[in-house]
Amino acid sequence: MLDTAVTTLLNVDKVSQVFTTGSGENRKPVLDNVSMSLKAGEIVALLGRSGCGKSTLLRIISGLIHPTEGTIAISGEEVTGPAKDVAMVFQSFALFPWLDVLDNVEIGPRANGVPLDETRQRALKAIDTIGLDGFESAYPKELSGGMRQRVGFARALVMQPKILLMDEPFSALDVLTAETLRTDLLDLWQEGRMPIKSILMVTHNIEEAVLMSDRILVLSSNPGRIASEISVTIPHPRDRLDPDFRALVDRIYALMTQRPDPTKHPAPATSLGLAMSLPLVSTNSLAGMLEEIAAPPYNGKADLPHLADSLALEIDDLFPLGETLQLLKLAEFEEGDIKLTPLGQRFVDMDIDQRKKVLGEQLLANIPLASHIKRVLDERPSHRAPATRFREELEDYMSEDYADRTLRAIINLGRYGELFAYDENAQTFSYENPQ
Amino acid sequence: MLNSIASAGRRVLPNQWDLIAFAAIMAVLTAVAQSYHGISAPLPTANEPVVSLDYSNLPYYALRTALRMFAALAASLVFTFTYATLAAKSRRAEMVLIPVLDILQSVPILGFLSFTVTFFLGLFPGNTLGAELAAIFAIFTSQAWNMAFSLYQSLRTVPRDLDEVARGFRLTGWQKFWQLEAPFSMPGLIWNTMMSMSGGWFFVVASEAITVGDTTITLPGVGSYIAKANDEGNWSAIGAAVLTMAIVILLYDQLLFRPIVAWADKFKVELSESEVVGSSWVLNLLQRTYWVRLGARPVFEALRAISLLPIRFPRALQARSSEEEQHPSRIADALWILAILAVAAWATWLTVSYIATEANWDEVLHVLVLTIYTLIRVLLLILLATIIWVPISVWIGLRPRWAEAIQPIAQFLAAFPVNLLFGATVSLVLAFNLNTNIWLSFLIIFGTQWYIVFNTIGGAAAFPNDLREAATNFRVHGWQWWTQVMIPGVAPYYLTGAITASGGSWNASIVAEYVKWKDHTVTAQGVGSYIAEATDKGDFPKIVLGVAMMSIFVTLLNRLFWRQLYAYAERRLRL
Repeated sequence: MLDTAVTTLLNVDKVSQVFTTGSGENRKPVLDNVSMSLKAGEIVALLGRSGCGKSTLLRIISGLIHPTEGTIAISGEEVTGPAKDVAMVFQSFALFPWLDVLDNVEIGPRANGVPLDETRQRALKAIDTIGLDGFESAYPKELSGGMRQRVGFARALVMQPKILLMDEPFSALDVLTAETLRTDLLDLWQEGRMPIKSILMVTHNIEEAVLMSDRILVLSSNPGRIASEISVTIPHPRDRLDPDFRALVDRIYALMTQRPDPTKHPAPATSLGLAMSLPLVSTNSLAGMLEEIAAPPYNGKADLPHLADSLALEIDDLFPLGETLQLLKLAEFEEGDIKLTPLGQRFVDMDIDQRKKVLGEQLLANIPLASHIKRVLDERPSHRAPATRFREELEDYMSEDYADRTLRAIINLGRYGELFAYDENAQTFSYENPQ
Repeated sequence: MLNSIASAGRRVLPNQWDLIAFAAIMAVLTAVAQSYHGISAPLPTANEPVVSLDYSNLPYYALRTALRMFAALAASLVFTFTYATLAAKSRRAEMVLIPVLDILQSVPILGFLSFTVTFFLGLFPGNTLGAELAAIFAIFTSQAWNMAFSLYQSLRTVPRDLDEVARGFRLTGWQKFWQLEAPFSMPGLIWNTMMSMSGGWFFVVASEAITVGDTTITLPGVGSYIAKANDEGNWSAIGAAVLTMAIVILLYDQLLFRPIVAWADKFKVELSESEVVGSSWVLNLLQRTYWVRLGARPVFEALRAISLLPIRFPRALQARSSEEEQHPSRIADALWILAILAVAAWATWLTVSYIATEANWDEVLHVLVLTIYTLIRVLLLILLATIIWVPISVWIGLRPRWAEAIQPIAQFLAAFPVNLLFGATVSLVLAFNLNTNIWLSFLIIFGTQWYIVFNTIGGAAAFPNDLREAATNFRVHGWQWWTQVMIPGVAPYYLTGAITASGGSWNASIVAEYVKWKDHTVTAQGVGSYIAEATDKGDFPKIVLGVAMMSIFVTLLNRLFWRQLYAYAERRLRL
C-alpha cells in the first residue's frame, strides 16, 4: 500500500465528464469512465484526435475542471481544486503579454507566497536550464514561437511540480522549432535536470508520442475512452527511421482508423442514422486526396504515415478527409493504409460535372442526413425547410457543437453535389438557385 | 573601477527630460492646490456675479472646467471597476446590472440635470461643493456607462488559456484581477474612456450654468463664461472662450490620453507585433527621463507587491467556476428574478404615480407627439449628414495623406462642445427671421456629425487595397462602385459613428431645441424643448415624463434599428 503511494504519482479513477447545455439537458459525455495512472519517472502520452476529450482530461487532472464522476488523486491525495503538484504547459503558450520573461516566470511562486529572494533564484535557474539566458527582460511579443514556449516551460518548472502536464506543447510551432524543443526537453529529462518526477502530455501527433513517451494511451472519440495502451520500449535517443519506430507508428495508425466495433456500443435503434456526426472538410481537399492516392507512388493504395507526410497533413486533418471518403464509399481504411474503391478510381478521371453528380448520388445513398433533408424538401409544397428543424433533430443525438458542424458539413457537401441550395441569411434549405 | 564610478555618477544626474517632466508635474500640483480653494467656497448670493467676462480669468476658468472633468473621470473609474467587476463575476448580479446599464445608456443625461442639482445642493446646503458635485455627476453619467460596459465585456472575454494559467497557479481573486483581468481590459477601457471623454466636454459646459426653477447655479468655468457672454451678446468673449476650450481639449488629449493609449499598447493580447503603434511625445519624454523613472520604480514595485497580496474575494465573487455555471440552483434563480420583477414594478408604479400628480393622458399624448417630432428631426439630420459626409469622408479616407491630417481634426471637432456656439448661431436665426422648427434642428447634428466623419474616414482608410484594385481592374465604377464596393466596405465603421451620433443627438436636442440669446428664448417644437422648458420652470413631474418618453424612444430606436443594422453589418460586411 505504502509502496504504491510512493511510485504511483497520479491515479485517475473512473472519470466521466458530461457537459450540460444552457437548457440543462444532459448531452453526450465527453469522457466516459476513464481510468489511468502515472508512475514516477515516466513520460506518458495521451494520444487522440480533436474532440476526444484529451485536453479535458488534462484539465481535470490539473484540477481546473471538476469531473462529473470519478476521482483524481495525486500522491494519494484527492484533487478538489487547482492542484499543487502539477504545472501545465499550453499549446498557445498562454504567456501574459504585459509581463516580461522574468515576470512571467516569477508569477507562480510570487502569487503563492514564495519569498522574493528564493523566487528570483528559482526563476533564474529555470530560465538558465531551459536556455532563455539573456532574454529575461524581453516581452513575449518580441520572441519567436519557440522562445515563447521555452518561457512556458520555465514558468512551469519554477513551480517545481511533481508532474508536468503538457497540452500539445509543440503543435503551434513550425516543424524545425518543434523538433529542437522536443530534443532539448528529452535531453533535460534524460539528464534529470528538471525538478519534476513525471510528464503527462497530450498530443495528436503519432510520431511525437512514439518519439517521446514510455507509454501511449490512445483515446477514442465521442465519447472519449481509453481505447488501447501501448508501451514504447525503443531505447533513447529514438530514430524516426528505425524500423521498430516505423512499425509502431504504422500500428497506431491502424488502431486509430479502425471502425468502431458496433457490437460494443450500439447506436440507438430509432436514430434513422442521424446520430452520425460529420466532419467539416473541403470538397477540394477530398478530390485532392483521391488524386494523390491514385497517382504514383501510391497507385491507389497509400500508407497513412507516408500520405500524411507527403500532403503535410496532421492526423486531425487527414483522418476526417479519409473518413468522409470512406462514408462516401470512395476510399476505405485498411490496416493503417487507405485504398481507393473502384468508384474512387473512376472519380479521379471524371470531369467536374460528373464528379458533382457522383458525389450527390453517394451522399443520398450513404449519408442518412442528406437523404432526410431531400425527403423533407420533396414532401413540402414550398420545397423549403428551415435549418433549425434539422439542427434540433441532430441535437437529439449529439452536442450543439457537433450538430452545428454536421449541419455545416452537409450544407457544404450538398451544395457541391447540387442536392439542394441553402440561404445563409434566411437559414433555409430549398431547391432554388439563382437563375 | 574608476570607469564604473564615473558612469554611475553620470547616470545619477538628472537629464533634460527630467527637468521638463519635473516642471510639468509641479505645474499640475500648483494648479490643483489653487483651484481647491475655489471649490469649497460658500455659495455666492444670487446677485453676486460669479463669472466676469474679463479675458484674464479664462485660464482659471479653463482649469476649473478641466478639473471637473478630471474628478468625473476618477469617479467613473471607481464606478467602472466596482460595477463591471460585480456584473462579470456574479451571475445573479449580472442579471440586474447589465440591463440597468443598457437603459442608463439611453437616458438623456441632460434631462436629469435638474434632479441631480437639487439633490446635491440639498446634500451641502449653502456651499458650492453641492453644485460642483452636480456638475461632476453630469459628466460622470456621460462616461461611466460606456466604460463599465467596456470593462464588463473585456472581463467576460478573458482568453481561456490565460485564465487557466491564473487558476492553475492558484492565484487568488485579487491577484488574478490585477495580474490578468485588469491588464487585459486596459486597451478597451482606455479607448472607451477617451471616447466618452470627448462626449463629456459637452456636458461639463452645459452643467456649469443651469437654472432650475428659482435656483440659478453658476460655477466658474468656460461653460458659465459662455452663458454670460450669450446673455450679453458679447461676440469677442465667445471667441475667446472657444479658443480657450480648444486649447484645453488639445492639452487633455496630448498630455493625458495620447501617452496612456501609447502605453496601453503593451496590454494588447495578440502576440504579433501590430503595425500601427501609437506614439506620444509625452510618453517618450517620461520614458527617457532617468530621475522620474528612478523615482517611479519603488512606486511600481510597491503596486506590484500590493497586486500580488493573497487577498481572497468572498465566495460569491470568486470567478464563476464551470460547475456553478453548469448546475445553477433553479429555485434560487426563480426567487431572485421574482424579487427583481417586484422592485421593477414598484419603481414603475412610483414613476407613473409621480408623473400623474401633474400630467394626464392628454399631456402624455402631447409629449408622445413631441418625441416623434424630435425623432424625425434626429433621423432626418443623420440622413442628411450621411448623404453629405459619407462621400466626402470616403474620398478623404482613400487618400492616406489627407486622412492622416483630417482624421484627428474630425476627432477634435467631435470632442468640441458645440453647445458653446448655440447662442451665437441662434442670433443668426433671429437676425434673418428664420423658421425655428427647421433651423434649430441643425444644431442637433452640429457636434455629433463628426463621429460619422472620422469613423467613415477610418473605414475607408482600412479598406483593403486588393479589393480596390480588383474593382478598378474589372472597371467597376459609378453607382455600382458605391453600392457594391465602397458602401458595404465602410458600413460597419459608418454604423459605429452613426450610432454614437444618434445617441449624442438626442441629448443635444435638450439644449438645441431651446436656446437663449440675450433676452430672447428661441424654441423648436420637440421633446427636447419640452424638457428644457420644464427644467426652467422647475416642473419636476413634466421633466420625468419627458425624460421617460425620450428614454423609451431611444431604447427602442437602438434595439429595433441601430443594433439590427449593426449586427447585420458585423455578420455580413466585416472584412
